Amino acid sequence: MLLEIKDLYVKYGNIEALHGISFHVNKGEIVTLIGSNGAGKTTTLHAITRVPPPEGSTVSGGDILYKGKSILKVPAHTIVSDYNIALAPEGRHIFGNLTVEENLKLATYSRPDDENQQKDYERVYDLFPKMAERRYQRSETLSGGEQQMLSVSRAIMTACNFILLDEPSMGLSPLLMYDMFRVLKQLNEEGMTILLIEQNANLALKFAHRGYVMDTGEIVAQGPSAELMNNPEVKKAYLGG
Amino acid sequence: MLDSIFQNLFNALQWGSFYSLIALGYTLVYGVLRLINFAHGDIFMVGAYIAFFLAMFFLQGDGGLSGPVILAMVIPLTMILTSVCGVALERIAYRPLRRKGANRLYVVITALMCGLILENGNLAFLGASRKSFPELIDKVVYNIGSISMTNLKIGVILSSILVYFVLNAIISKTRIGMAMRGISYDKFAIPLMGIPIDTIIMVTFILGSSLAGLAGILFAMSYPVLDPFMGALIGWKAFIAAVVGGIGDIKGAFVGGFLLGIVEILAMAIFPSTFRDLIAFSILMIILVIKPTGLFGIAKSTKI
Repeated sequence: MLLEIKDLYVKYGNIEALHGISFHVNKGEIVTLIGSNGAGKTTTLHAITRVPPPEGSTVSGGDILYKGKSILKVPAHTIVSDYNIALAPEGRHIFGNLTVEENLKLATYSRPDDENQQKDYERVYDLFPKMAERRYQRSETLSGGEQQMLSVSRAIMTACNFILLDEPSMGLSPLLMYDMFRVLKQLNEEGMTILLIEQNANLALKFAHRGYVMDTGEIVAQGPSAELMNNPEVKKAYLGG
Repeated sequence: MLDSIFQNLFNALQWGSFYSLIALGYTLVYGVLRLINFAHGDIFMVGAYIAFFLAMFFLQGDGGLSGPVILAMVIPLTMILTSVCGVALERIAYRPLRRKGANRLYVVITALMCGLILENGNLAFLGASRKSFPELIDKVVYNIGSISMTNLKIGVILSSILVYFVLNAIISKTRIGMAMRGISYDKFAIPLMGIPIDTIIMVTFILGSSLAGLAGILFAMSYPVLDPFMGALIGWKAFIAAVVGGIGDIKGAFVGGFLLGIVEILAMAIFPSTFRDLIAFSILMIILVIKPTGLFGIAKSTKI
């Protein structure tokens, strides 16, 4: 198991948002967390990447294990620099006052300047040709879809081997959405482990190997994607029939 | 007439250099933390005092060092020790508040108090008597036409310009500089890039305080009387210069500092000297009324 969430409780102030959830992600897998708004999906990702309050929450119980070792107490930036887990957050959070290239360069902060870094630039520009085209442009001038690509590109540039994606399809046209998932599939085939959050449950389950269904801070169903897609309860609540 | 304009302009550039150097520190910290570090003017005062004690120490030493050699040692040492003071302030006062997620008002008030503590700490431990800064270099006067320039004034102006270009290179080219710009736009995403926020904040305070330290030495050499409250008014004015330039932007702070210097000197050249601050601040206020974001400030836009 690459990542294991064990009986995790999380609070925002005095309000409990996660009531003891458990799940795991194996190396090389694509796992999805689906569920409606407010189910606790983003909260879960923020707990893993240790986003501090006020945006983040405090863990009040349980544990998060990376290869069997707790990462609950490590400084936030080491999740990226030492554990190679990157988050492409909801709302993208790109540095709008920097150029596309500077955004990518900033993501290489904790890694050595070597050949692999050069290869990753080429890889990103290859996966998202738009990024190469716009590399000297201030990133706040990009369209919403391009900003989403930049957010994912930036995660790749951190040299992560495990990427957490928070609603990567949000704000994307159907065509761009298809493109994004094609790229993500390719990344996975090259060895990237993926934990995906999606409101579009249909899309997510088609893409992922396994899934967990969350509802108001709890996991209510789990299993291989194909199984979940045929689960009558899941179908009724999340797949529109 | 023309000569007197150039003479005033030259003096204004020298006077504005101090504002610029201090304003850069305000703007750096504001850009990264959205904190108005009201203790920054007093960091400048601390820099002047550190320079004074270092200079006296070397002058009284047995080495028989010459003034310029002493100056060459005092400048880097003062910048280093002043940044230690700035970083200590951040560690002791601001960081704990930040960790607890304190409202910005409380952090600003803490900054104000830190400034008062530095002023009154100085008063309590060093006494109310003023210190007179020793002369380290011989004054040389150059006359070009009827404009008179001294080596010290030229040095002050060149130092502030050099500092600006070095700082600009750091901010625009290095990864730390990019992170400083990045934080000002989106603090949330910084750790997600594997960047320790506290390191970036520390570097910011090192840069800002060392510039205040440099301003302290140059000021002490130019106006060699030091007192514990010397940083208060000049600090306020530099802060205003930074805001008028567009706080958060280093070009704005740099230009704003010189602008304030020019406005003050010209006001004095035309009106009685008691009118100086009244006229200077009236002009700055008009600039802000016309452009509330400051000369180089831009309103941040977000895309949904």
